[in-house]
Amino acid sequence: MLYKKVSVALLALVSLYAASCKPKGTSNAVSGDAAVKTYVAPGKYDEFYNFVSGGFSGQLSVYGLPSGRLLRVIPVFSVDPEKGWGYSEETKPMLNTSHGFVPWDDLHHVEMSMSDGVADGKWVFVNGNNTPRLARIDLKTFRTAEIIELPNSAGNHSSPFGTENSEYIVAGTRFSVPEDGSNSDVPIDTYKDNFKGHISFVSIDKTSGDMNLAFQLKTPGINFDLARAGKGKSAGWFFFSCYNSEQANTLLEVNASQKDKDFIMAVNWKKAEEYVKAGKGKKQPVNYAHNKYNEETHTATSEMKKEVIVLDITEFPDIVYFIPCPKSPHGCDVDPSGEYIVGSGKLAALLPVFSYDKIQKAIADKSFEQEGYAGIPVIKYESALYGEVEKPGLGPLHTEFDANGNAYTSFFVSSEVVKWNIKELKVLDRQPTYYSVGHLMVPGGNTKKPFGKYLVAYNKITKDRYLPTGPELSQSAQLYDISGDKMQLILDFPTIGEPHYAQAVPAELIRDQQLKIFDINANKHPFVTKGEKESKVTRDGNKVHVYITAVRSHFAPDNIEGVQLGDEVFFHVTNLEQDWDVPHGFGVKGANNAELLVMPGETLTLKWVPDRTGIFPIYCTDFCSALHQEMSGYVRVSPKGSNVPLSFSLGKGKGAQ
Amino acid sequence: MKKKTIAMCSLVLALFIASCGGDGNQSAPSTAAPEQQAGTTESASYDPKRGEGKFDETNVTVGALDTAKAANGKTIAETKCFSCHKVTNEKLVGPGWKGVTERRTPHWIMNFITNPDPMIDKDPEVQAQLELCLVRMPNQNLAEEEARAIVEYMRQNDGAK
Repeated sequence: MLYKKVSVALLALVSLYAASCKPKGTSNAVSGDAAVKTYVAPGKYDEFYNFVSGGFSGQLSVYGLPSGRLLRVIPVFSVDPEKGWGYSEETKPMLNTSHGFVPWDDLHHVEMSMSDGVADGKWVFVNGNNTPRLARIDLKTFRTAEIIELPNSAGNHSSPFGTENSEYIVAGTRFSVPEDGSNSDVPIDTYKDNFKGHISFVSIDKTSGDMNLAFQLKTPGINFDLARAGKGKSAGWFFFSCYNSEQANTLLEVNASQKDKDFIMAVNWKKAEEYVKAGKGKKQPVNYAHNKYNEETHTATSEMKKEVIVLDITEFPDIVYFIPCPKSPHGCDVDPSGEYIVGSGKLAALLPVFSYDKIQKAIADKSFEQEGYAGIPVIKYESALYGEVEKPGLGPLHTEFDANGNAYTSFFVSSEVVKWNIKELKVLDRQPTYYSVGHLMVPGGNTKKPFGKYLVAYNKITKDRYLPTGPELSQSAQLYDISGDKMQLILDFPTIGEPHYAQAVPAELIRDQQLKIFDINANKHPFVTKGEKESKVTRDGNKVHVYITAVRSHFAPDNIEGVQLGDEVFFHVTNLEQDWDVPHGFGVKGANNAELLVMPGETLTLKWVPDRTGIFPIYCTDFCSALHQEMSGYVRVSPKGSNVPLSFSLGKGKGAQ
Repeated sequence: MKKKTIAMCSLVLALFIASCGGDGNQSAPSTAAPEQQAGTTESASYDPKRGEGKFDETNVTVGALDTAKAANGKTIAETKCFSCHKVTNEKLVGPGWKGVTERRTPHWIMNFITNPDPMIDKDPEVQAQLELCLVRMPNQNLAEEEARAIVEYMRQNDGAK
């Protein structure tokens, strides 16, 4: 009897102890094993490349996941003095538009090129929201290869979303404006009559990636927010979220939120393509820039295009259908099977899920509202609706998917990510974000084959998350492990501003295709110098061309005289190195420009207009060797009309032996 | 009674251990990087007469000077070599080329100029040279034929006929 009592007491004691060893609260759970899941040892590689839009920085940033390490910042629409992007004569044409040189934009969204509904690792497409443009980044060089401007457009926002095989990248207008041309000076309050939306369909060459503005769909003056192409059975359709169906032109915060519902716009792009091929589109004179970088000449060219083909959707009753959706929808996301379309009104307290099959049946049965919208059929809400997720949270924005039939939606107002099942429409988990999550990303979460391991939430507010940095704080990305039933926050990392939208792909898709050097013998730049023997300085009127080479650790030539005030000097710098990651920089004292960063085998040109007479040092800006400091020289600028002869040298002079 | 006591203590001990165990650690999710060869003064397997690489006396043979090949080698060198090397014995960035084919075998030279890094890390004489030049010989991405042509030009420069 005493023995039994002692036994029971011991068991009770151990049980109490066991309970006290259990983690208390989620913070303990996070600290327990989160670090192990995100640790990538020095010298090891991350599993994913994560391409993140830089928003109003105009750049695209590249992180590794799960470590959250920043690998690269690629300049696209904004100039970058580190790389000379937009400052060298070769890259200035990349930022040309019909407005002239526009050295900035709001780089909003990211889309990987796809083959058969999955990322293929060739290119990343990004959009400029301000001066409507699309850009293509080459993933062999991690450089911008092409930028195309979009006419008839403003606020290029539902962009740059692509079809299943990247046949097209679309770009829809967030701000409706009158069509380009001399008739665009109209009173603002004639919005309903004169302001139009345009959705650009830009075709992509499967081999080269070259973009071409194939056609535009002209729409009533609605604001387009986001888009997503269908997949599988719905691959011939595109879905756009729209707001401001009220067609307001002022105080949109109030006036564009009057109605309970706005629309998801369903577009049969295959049908539109047929009409264009049948010659049904109207040719409209416009003026827009198309800029391409040539990898052989290392030089970009800008061509002004003069015409666009436009289909007015009100004239073709079978291209476009509107589906009511709770007001001000932002996200418009299609699940991996292509059957479910998730809309999410930013102000709504529920998530509607539409069914592709029901949409098709509704169209066949003409199950439309009594009254169309501007003559375009509006499918009855119930006829398109699969179901609604009740009480998901506040302020739904964007939804992506895992491989197990689950969806993940970001909620800005309630600052959380919510996991729910698509078929059952039940909330399965919710986790807080810090704070006010905008878009989120599951690697492959926009494709037919998501990787159901990680989710990243991109947040707008970060106070108290990191060490403070003055009035402006870092923005953030938060990495969750979604491989279990419950999401687990495992990392929180600062990002460059603004981390608006992102996609990620397995590292092995891209890693082994990297270009390492530009073959000096394949360099067809018009001002290339293939060896120091060929270096020279020539005068052409008031233009002085310096054919200069860079190699560890000197320029050739490095002493230049005979330049006169009033001359325009072009330094054509060729890097003679042929080893990976051995760039040389090139800077001139007092230059009203930037510097160059010239890759092995590459030629780049810095234009310099001296502003006074005297001696100007030139030097290598990128630390390249133990004698990097010694990699420098001088340019002498004499008065206009001076009799100092044009001369150049290397290694000669009174100080040389 | 003693057996029962032992059994009970074992159970208690097992519970104690289980209750304090943490979550099972998962291995770090990373793709292994290519193995980085550790820099050493001299590796036991390194042959300083041959260098490291695919060239040896069986696949690099020389005979009477091939003047066309030498001319081609000079052209290649003007782009890829002469920023750092002179054809005399004078040092520029790297050592002058004069006499190199008398000090080194053709296959050693070809191994070195097609992939300098492993030899810089292992070859004692190359390391001694690095201490003088203070710039690592870069990999100029020479193709095999280019390297062979450069060797022919070096031979010409050293008076071969």
